[in-house]
Amino acid sequence: MREQSKYLEGVDKKDLFASGHRACGGCGQALAARLVADAAGENTIACVATGCLEVFSGPYPDPSWRIPFLHSLFENASAVASGVDAAYKALKKGPVNIIAQGGDGSTADIGFQSISGMFERGHNVLYVCYDNEAYMNTGVQRSSFTPYGARTSTTPTGNTTRKKNMPMLAADHGIPYVATATVDDFRDLQLKIRKALTIEGPKYIHILAPCPLGWGHHGELTVEICRLAKDTGLFPVYEIIDGKVTNVRKIPVKVPVEEYLKPQGRFKHLFKKGVPTKEVDVIQEIANQNIERFNL
Amino acid sequence: MLKQIEGSHAVAHVVAQCRPNVISAYPITPQTHIVEELAEIVGAGQLDAEFVNVESEFSAASVVLGASAAGARAYTATSSQGLLLMSEVIYCIAGMRLPIVMTCANRAISAPLSIWNDQQDSMAVRDAGWIQLHAEDNQEASDLHVQAFKIAERTFLPVMVCMDGFILTHAFEPVDIPEQKEVDDFLPTFKPRHIVDPRWPRGIGLFADPRFYMETRYILHRALEKSEETIKEVSSEFAKTFGRESGGFIKAYKLEEADVVVISMGSVVGTIKELIDQLEEEGKKVGLLQICSYRPFPRHEVYRALKDKMNIVVLEKCISLGRGGILASDVRWSFPRAEKKDRDISSFVAGLGGRNISIDDLRYMVEKVEKEPVEFEFLGLKEELIAEKDM
Repeated sequence: MREQSKYLEGVDKKDLFASGHRACGGCGQALAARLVADAAGENTIACVATGCLEVFSGPYPDPSWRIPFLHSLFENASAVASGVDAAYKALKKGPVNIIAQGGDGSTADIGFQSISGMFERGHNVLYVCYDNEAYMNTGVQRSSFTPYGARTSTTPTGNTTRKKNMPMLAADHGIPYVATATVDDFRDLQLKIRKALTIEGPKYIHILAPCPLGWGHHGELTVEICRLAKDTGLFPVYEIIDGKVTNVRKIPVKVPVEEYLKPQGRFKHLFKKGVPTKEVDVIQEIANQNIERFNL
Repeated sequence: MLKQIEGSHAVAHVVAQCRPNVISAYPITPQTHIVEELAEIVGAGQLDAEFVNVESEFSAASVVLGASAAGARAYTATSSQGLLLMSEVIYCIAGMRLPIVMTCANRAISAPLSIWNDQQDSMAVRDAGWIQLHAEDNQEASDLHVQAFKIAERTFLPVMVCMDGFILTHAFEPVDIPEQKEVDDFLPTFKPRHIVDPRWPRGIGLFADPRFYMETRYILHRALEKSEETIKEVSSEFAKTFGRESGGFIKAYKLEEADVVVISMGSVVGTIKELIDQLEEEGKKVGLLQICSYRPFPRHEVYRALKDKMNIVVLEKCISLGRGGILASDVRWSFPRAEKKDRDISSFVAGLGGRNISIDDLRYMVEKVEKEPVEFEFLGLKEELIAEKDM
């Protein structure tokens, strides 16, 4: 008990994203969305893309949001947020935190053009991506964030491509702040949200948000899975400030990728009677490359 | 003040006088001159607005959606493929009841690629829940924009002002550009109804399950039907303030005595009027019914105006492929079933992809329907270009 309260020290809990929504048990995105809203505070407008988040938190007549919430379509959250930003400037209102939010598809696939435009134009908008590595809302289809080897409903024999590196793509737009985070470290996630909101211009925060349904792990393992994603090197946690990678989270004790893969149903086919297939070696190599690249 | 000016520039100046807070657009021929001129006006500091240069029409529509939801008066303009690319957002804007004003510089739709005028583009989004007003000339195109903001902000319905690409947008005509003060007096400051603002946290754009969705569509449909009153009101307020008739629901020309009535919309009505005058000198009584408001469709007005007319011909620059005339369907539907019998409503499609509609084409059309009704015909088709194997 004492340990837990220490863990939650400095974590904002304002319930701006109320409980009682319709997310699955152990949903990483619901947890992340609450942490984001509570860190951003009341003076915030959330522009949400169509997807799980919008569906479980925004049904009429009982949305979960206690901050203003604007939703229109799947692929335009960044452009809608740009419009809110333009309106606030034109009407000389504010300052206000404008946070566009979406999942893999609305960030890196169908919404990629829109987010790229928002970055390039320099709107004062924070974009938060909840990365659950597939199209979960429509039934676990592959996205460009689906990692190598993962089984989805449209990659039944395992995904053959590597994950699109969205944080780097964001950084290459020349925006002032990019960060990655996971839902196992509340404090780090909220610090990054608060920090981003102090910076003028476009910001991008990429949050790994495990999906028990799509990943095939038990709901209570969501936090543990995130820790393993970091400690294997598969999900590097870092910031990019003015184009420079910094504040990289060092791995305390490196963990082989098998430990991350085994609790997840989507990687089950990579082990034949418990013996790893050659795909596991490829995934280990991806982790090794991350460890080397970011000096994890 | 009467000014010799390009249609696009006239529209841009009048839009600027309406003081939009946010303008966002993506360039597409023949809309470009409108937004270029607006960019100049904003750049010169003559209009205090945010001009957002976006990477697509999809984002242009999304930016004005966001801006309007945040309480700004917002404006965009597009054409053709741009409007089709926006179409998902177009539906959303209407469903969210955001009073955005857009100019559609009417242009044909690919394929084949054509940058020239017809009205297939705005027709493609006719069911989206927007008010659609069609301008006859550049004076009306300018006047309709002043009215459009007022109509939109009174009804919380988005308004699309349609003006024929090139024929109007690139034509130089004398246009009476109002004084800023006149526009300010006519158009009150925008008072939004629901906005995203941390002072009053609320959700805009929630999703509706089957318990609620249908009612939202019903309310939107009724709002469009009811906007008829507002369109008429604003048109007559405009006439009172500016001293000229513009817009409204329908307009008639030499209709009362007419034996044959042509129905159409957009710039082609000018040519039709010319023909009507010629035919009058030849002793023929032909009249015109011009549709100004295509959505909401002036069903009752059309019926009232034409209930004694038995020979009607609809001329339009768009087609429902595999079906025929779109405006013709709307007109046919305007008569009660019992009165459809013995009434000839002919349907002609013309001017697709910028094909010129000459006065001779129109004369041919009128003379043909004088003899017998025409179910459906392409007017001005060059049969010699069509190979047998393509038929």
